[in-house]
Amino acid sequence: MRNEKSTEEVARGIRARVFEHTIRNNGGYLSQACSAAEQLAFLYNEALNLGPSTMPMVPPPFSGVPSAANPLYRTGAGYNGPFDAVYDRLFIAPAHYALVAYACLIEVGRMAPEGLEMFNRDGSSVEMIGAEHSPGMEVHNGTLGIGLSTAAGLAWGRRRLGHTGRVCVFMSDGEVQEGQTWEAVQAAAHHGIDNLWALMDVNRQQCDGAMDDVMTVGDIATKLRDFGAVVAECDAHDLAALRAAAATPHPGRPLIVLAHSRPTQGMESLMSRFPRLHYVRFKSEEERARMNAEIAAELGVPPVPLETH
Amino acid sequence: MEMVNRPYAAAFEAHAVQHPEVLCLSADLTSSCEIDGFRDRHPEQFLSLGMAEQNMLSFAGGLGLAGFRPFLHSFGVFLYRRPYDQLVASIAYPRRKVRLMGFLPGVTTPGGMTHQAIEDISVMRTLPNMTVLEAGDATEVESIVAEADTVDGPVYCRILRGAVPRLFDTPLRIGQMRVLAEGCDVLVVTAGITTEEAIRARGALAGAGVSVRHLHLNTLKPFDAAQIVDHAASVRHGVVTLENHLVNGGIGSMVAEALAEAGLARRLVRLGLQDTYAHGGSRPYLMRHYGMDALALVRAIERLTGQSTGIDEGALDAVRVEAVHSAVKAEAL
Repeated sequence: MRNEKSTEEVARGIRARVFEHTIRNNGGYLSQACSAAEQLAFLYNEALNLGPSTMPMVPPPFSGVPSAANPLYRTGAGYNGPFDAVYDRLFIAPAHYALVAYACLIEVGRMAPEGLEMFNRDGSSVEMIGAEHSPGMEVHNGTLGIGLSTAAGLAWGRRRLGHTGRVCVFMSDGEVQEGQTWEAVQAAAHHGIDNLWALMDVNRQQCDGAMDDVMTVGDIATKLRDFGAVVAECDAHDLAALRAAAATPHPGRPLIVLAHSRPTQGMESLMSRFPRLHYVRFKSEEERARMNAEIAAELGVPPVPLETH
Repeated sequence: MEMVNRPYAAAFEAHAVQHPEVLCLSADLTSSCEIDGFRDRHPEQFLSLGMAEQNMLSFAGGLGLAGFRPFLHSFGVFLYRRPYDQLVASIAYPRRKVRLMGFLPGVTTPGGMTHQAIEDISVMRTLPNMTVLEAGDATEVESIVAEADTVDGPVYCRILRGAVPRLFDTPLRIGQMRVLAEGCDVLVVTAGITTEEAIRARGALAGAGVSVRHLHLNTLKPFDAAQIVDHAASVRHGVVTLENHLVNGGIGSMVAEALAEAGLARRLVRLGLQDTYAHGGSRPYLMRHYGMDALALVRAIERLTGQSTGIDEGALDAVRVEAVHSAVKAEAL
């Protein structure tokens, strides 16, 4: 698809949309937009070879779970384009980034802005924790740590089928606390699965707070290399660095790009909440109003009009 | 009785070589699951995933997404206890055509608690989209491979290995239970290795004047409740289920649910593991110790009819020749 916007513009748009949504709904995965905006913008706007969306711009309502009695079931993968052999596939492994991913779909013209209005609404497919049927999703990844394994299996299969398209996983660093992540890396390395790569948002945050307080994981890069991956590291907010890292050759091995990010990038006012950043819910109307004004100023957008009581 | 050596090995290879989209996955139990020969002869169709079942299940989900039909080989217990989340999220929910081949069901292993899949039927049958099959003899082991591969979705199979008796001369067909006897006193429902026990008991019971109706189940989900109810309605004294599994959640529960939902009042005796873990030991010892053998079935039927049959251990037919069984048995674990 032809790029309508620069990747910088897409990233700015992601932050603005997630900010607006979070202020309006008095809660949201705001910090994930700060850390991952450039990464998702980079994936959708540059790095991935995706065909045009096959889905309606306004997401259809939830139409049932997979079952023998639901033959018309489909996932949200169509927002990433068709499954042709030449196209890449993307899994959003930490499904909690769904709000950020939806904002990205809007910015790159794959979903209408109305889609975000359906976020977490009953009967909607635009679920809070991205489900298979949510826009841009193809598999369930809400239980963290299973995405890379699934992608490795898909990549092995696609290689066997002669597909030239690759499989990409957007990951979170918290997932390295799950043993399955290491099982996946060793299996991908053992089987030489090199049409697989991952972009990991290393923001050093998790639900309970800073990872170093919750569970120390040590040097992720060294550990991944020891398990057989090729690792590249970069500043997550430097697009040139992201491009260079993603271009790292990795013959016979999976590539994992560690994108070192800041959980408050572009919204420094959020630091007043550190380290409680996983899900931002404002403690008072005063805090909400203050954040609205301060972050809007940082982003260079007007504050979100709030209802008056 | 004919004993067939390693029926799974030959059946899987015959099927897989005809279907390049079938893949053979193993988690470090390749010879224990009788696929070592296949690995050696067809390495391009074999994937070693190591001792890492969580990854294996999600990886298989990814293979399914790519259009392959992976057969996962391990001991049954390793296919659901540790990787239960992966089983649900990567296989059952999205209806991947993954074939979970669970070896050593129930007490068919001396490996004790960690190796004995005693709640697998219970777990698997409650999962939406899952099909659950169980092989009861060599013919069913041979035919379960191709039959399972017809399922449009995931399927879990309880597989017998090593030397397996041949009881049946027609292949396993999904949804088709076998009516092995059409008596009118007591209905006996069995599956897997307990069918052989019931056959032993039937010979002695006939001599004692007890008329047994005997059903062998090979399809545990979907469960043909209507047919179970019809058979239960046609016997005088009640129903006995005998399973190589916990009675809670397994065939005993399935039959109880069927009778209750149909409003059919019949006494029901559920034989199998009674809300207990087992321990390590030989199969005959464990089946005797936990009340899962032919003698336990006879005693249960006596409770239902209220009449002693006079049958003791010596009176039960020795259907199985243990010396032959031991000579060609696969390795202990």
